[in-house]
Amino acid sequence: MALIDTINPLLTTGWAKGDAGWSLKDYEARGGYAQLKRILSSKMSQDDLIAEVKKSVLRGRGGAGFPTGLKWSFMPKAAPEKYVVCNTDEGEPGTFKDRDLLRFDPHSTIEGMIIAGYAVGAKRGYNYIHGEIFEIYQRFEEALDQARAAGYLGNNILGSDFSFDLFAHHGWGAYICGEETGLLESIEGKKGQPRFKPPFPANFGLYGKPTTINNTETFAAIPFILGMGGEAYLNLGKPNNGGTKLFSVSGHVNRPGNYEVPMGTPFAKLLEMAGGMRGGRKLKAVIPGGSSAPVLPADVVMECTMDYDSIAKAGSMLGSGAVIVMDETVCMVKALERLSYFYFEESCGQCTPCREGSGWLYRVVHRIEHGEGRPEDLDLLNRVTDNMMGKTICALADAAAFPVRSFIKHFKSEFEYHIEHKKCLVDPDVQRAGSGFFSASATAGTV
Amino acid sequence: MNNQYDMLSSESLRRIDREVAKYPADQKQSAVMAALVIAQDEKGWLAKETIAAVASYLGMAPIAAYEVASFYNMYDLNPVGKYKLTVCTNLPCALSGGVHAADYVKQKLGIDFNETTADGKFTLKEGECMGACGDAPVMLVNNKRMCSFMLPEQIDKLLAECK
Repeated sequence: MALIDTINPLLTTGWAKGDAGWSLKDYEARGGYAQLKRILSSKMSQDDLIAEVKKSVLRGRGGAGFPTGLKWSFMPKAAPEKYVVCNTDEGEPGTFKDRDLLRFDPHSTIEGMIIAGYAVGAKRGYNYIHGEIFEIYQRFEEALDQARAAGYLGNNILGSDFSFDLFAHHGWGAYICGEETGLLESIEGKKGQPRFKPPFPANFGLYGKPTTINNTETFAAIPFILGMGGEAYLNLGKPNNGGTKLFSVSGHVNRPGNYEVPMGTPFAKLLEMAGGMRGGRKLKAVIPGGSSAPVLPADVVMECTMDYDSIAKAGSMLGSGAVIVMDETVCMVKALERLSYFYFEESCGQCTPCREGSGWLYRVVHRIEHGEGRPEDLDLLNRVTDNMMGKTICALADAAAFPVRSFIKHFKSEFEYHIEHKKCLVDPDVQRAGSGFFSASATAGTV
Repeated sequence: MNNQYDMLSSESLRRIDREVAKYPADQKQSAVMAALVIAQDEKGWLAKETIAAVASYLGMAPIAAYEVASFYNMYDLNPVGKYKLTVCTNLPCALSGGVHAADYVKQKLGIDFNETTADGKFTLKEGECMGACGDAPVMLVNNKRMCSFMLPEQIDKLLAECK
């Protein structure tokens, strides 16, 4: 889906022509690769480059929000072999921004990765692309060929003494590979099971070498930050929440899609940009940062601004910027059941609390949804999450627990109603109508 | 002399070589994911012998390749129909009809998830997030082609296209 609306577009300036504006000549025409040229011709020092990124307060766009400049500065200077890795394994339910970034403007990510390679002293990079988006992987490969042919990749880039090459690695369907060390294992040709940390990738990364891993949107922002200056970028957003951010809005809105807005934009404004609530129905709840983020009830989220600090204060996470909008036709028990199934299905199985706990959570939510819930089940669910959170190698166990705890916390009466009455508070016909599937086409058959 | 990977076509081996070249010379195993996809493209699915052939070509233990093939969702370790349809039913898609789209396909084809039609034409799978929630309902055809906004009319059209 092409971009619909923006405020102060930056990352999405190249999206205007949709699928017709992605190639190298289009990117160069809008100022692309100018920052790489400037860095190489002025022989900018690595420290100055990292300082500029730090000034922007760019925080990792993949979900954790870790300051990018700081991450880069952790890379050991002396190591002879280092890597830059981009995480485009975008499988967090609700998130679909990186797909469009690579679809409409792959070269901004490529330029950002080359610049990162220069900053941390890496000669080789990989972009790990989500398995389900093969067409995007193909486009990225084509963009890499263009960049290589133009001398932006390879030995002695643009006649300088800096060499860097970049390759695409295609995933094949495993949510856990979005976890950075699971992703590294996957590039190494193994099961994508996360590694125990420390050591962190900056010391022990791909093939055991120092590695910087950032999200696609983070890399894509780099050329723009260097173009306008770190401070100007910071000032686009809020203090400690620099710049603009892509928000993927899905669910019960009139115009689902990606929206680029400055950090700190009110949620109400984002909702309005997405065309408001579908069918004019009432907002019930929003998951503001991808399925792993705690859900927020309508009245809470309507008071939030879209930045790391405001969403955290409200008790959730900005995460990857995936905004899942739910209206009054949604049964919260059913919604949680589907999310819990997802974490059960995608748990890699190496840590017992997650492997066993994610399945346990799903089975209990499933029985509540199917009229077999017991009065003690809500306490049981919370207790199981207590024994999962913070007790595993990676954050998938926490990601499975957050929805369970927050759904029960904010919508407890719905769960209790299910358990007591063995049916849903929301009428099944109302739920069925909510998706719009059956009303979408008058000529289509019926189920 | 017969190599174990003789069962793969020279075209497939050439494609695998191109993937191997992306990685450091001592890290051939990095190409195993791509190599398994290439083998699956050629054979339709991954029999144990096919996985072993890939492992042999890359100089890795067969079990290591099998671990990869069984870990990632889109490798088919059993035969599938000519067209494998995967429908995302995760929450963001479900809010815009993902589950209903799957129900619709089930009814049209007369099969449930993980079943294949009697004529061997269609296999239906339930998918997890494909990273395209704004385009819901979303379906994948044979792992590589993504179809967006799959409302009843579009599903009818897609099924008719699959000859």
